Amino acid sequence: MTIIAVASIVIAGITISLGSIGPALAEGRAVATALTSLAQQPDASSTITRTLFVGLAMIESIAIYCFVVSMILIFANPFWNHVIAQTAGK
Amino acid sequence: MHLTPDETIFWQYGFFKLNATIAFTWALMFVLAGGSRIVTRRLSTGLDRSRWQNLLEIVVTAIEKQIQEVGLSESRKYLGFLGTLFLFVATAALCTVIPGYQPPTSSLSTTAALALCVFVAVPAFGIAEKGMRNYLKSYTKPTVVMLPFNIISELSRTLALAVRLFGNMMSGAMIVGILLTITPFLFPIVMTVLGLLTGMVQAYIFGILAAVYIAAATRAAKPKPQPAQTVAA
Repeated sequence: MTIIAVASIVIAGITISLGSIGPALAEGRAVATALTSLAQQPDASSTITRTLFVGLAMIESIAIYCFVVSMILIFANPFWNHVIAQTAGK
Repeated sequence: MHLTPDETIFWQYGFFKLNATIAFTWALMFVLAGGSRIVTRRLSTGLDRSRWQNLLEIVVTAIEKQIQEVGLSESRKYLGFLGTLFLFVATAALCTVIPGYQPPTSSLSTTAALALCVFVAVPAFGIAEKGMRNYLKSYTKPTVVMLPFNIISELSRTLALAVRLFGNMMSGAMIVGILLTITPFLFPIVMTVLGLLTGMVQAYIFGILAAVYIAAATRAAKPKPQPAQTVAA
């Protein structure tokens, strides 16, 4: 029973911390490239800005998936609920 | 832990639960539809118009221009659907300043419903534009091997639409709730402002992504370039 709790908490922490590294680096690169191309071609700024935002949303989704998984592990954990239901039944 | 507005139930009758999500969604619908109805009761085409009509015209022309820039040249056809998506999600995010309000988009039910609307609308617009046979043939482009991957990408981007909006709105509300118990004075206000900003960005993203999917589905195939004709001397 404590194994489930310990595993859930530890993995929730690891999920969100490791899962934010990749998207953060990728978003930094995307914004840097967008700034470079904005400096080179200011006329296309609306297209570049819109494409940048769409791309950032796609990258951000990965971090959101990791966040949702860790939230599920902490707050809506089915294994923990099952264990609680069993101990409540005894 | 108060995760979604689904948990606040006002009234229950057997299977049907009137929870906060449904209540706030209908309130938003009344505000948007009723407000527009009141403003458009007396439209004027001259230079002398009420400021509310001006506001609505600015909003509509801005959305129309954005849809055109994405690649849908006949933007009036898609303006109803895409404009409603954007306005609903944006208003749901903006009304967070009202105390006691929880955005209905912070519940997975609402975002899943909106994503399902996009999932149904993309083939509907594609078939209306290109015909059933051409639209179904587009799934086998560039090669027939890509057919299962195209289908999987359809399903996964619908899921991504729902989870992205849900995750952003829910995390905004939850961060403010958690910070209120830790540092009650300055940071919750700052995080609420950040939540407003991300809410508007997510509304824009939702609308633009739906427009991009529809543009990809309705884009006619480019005509193959003809070989250069030699001029008879």
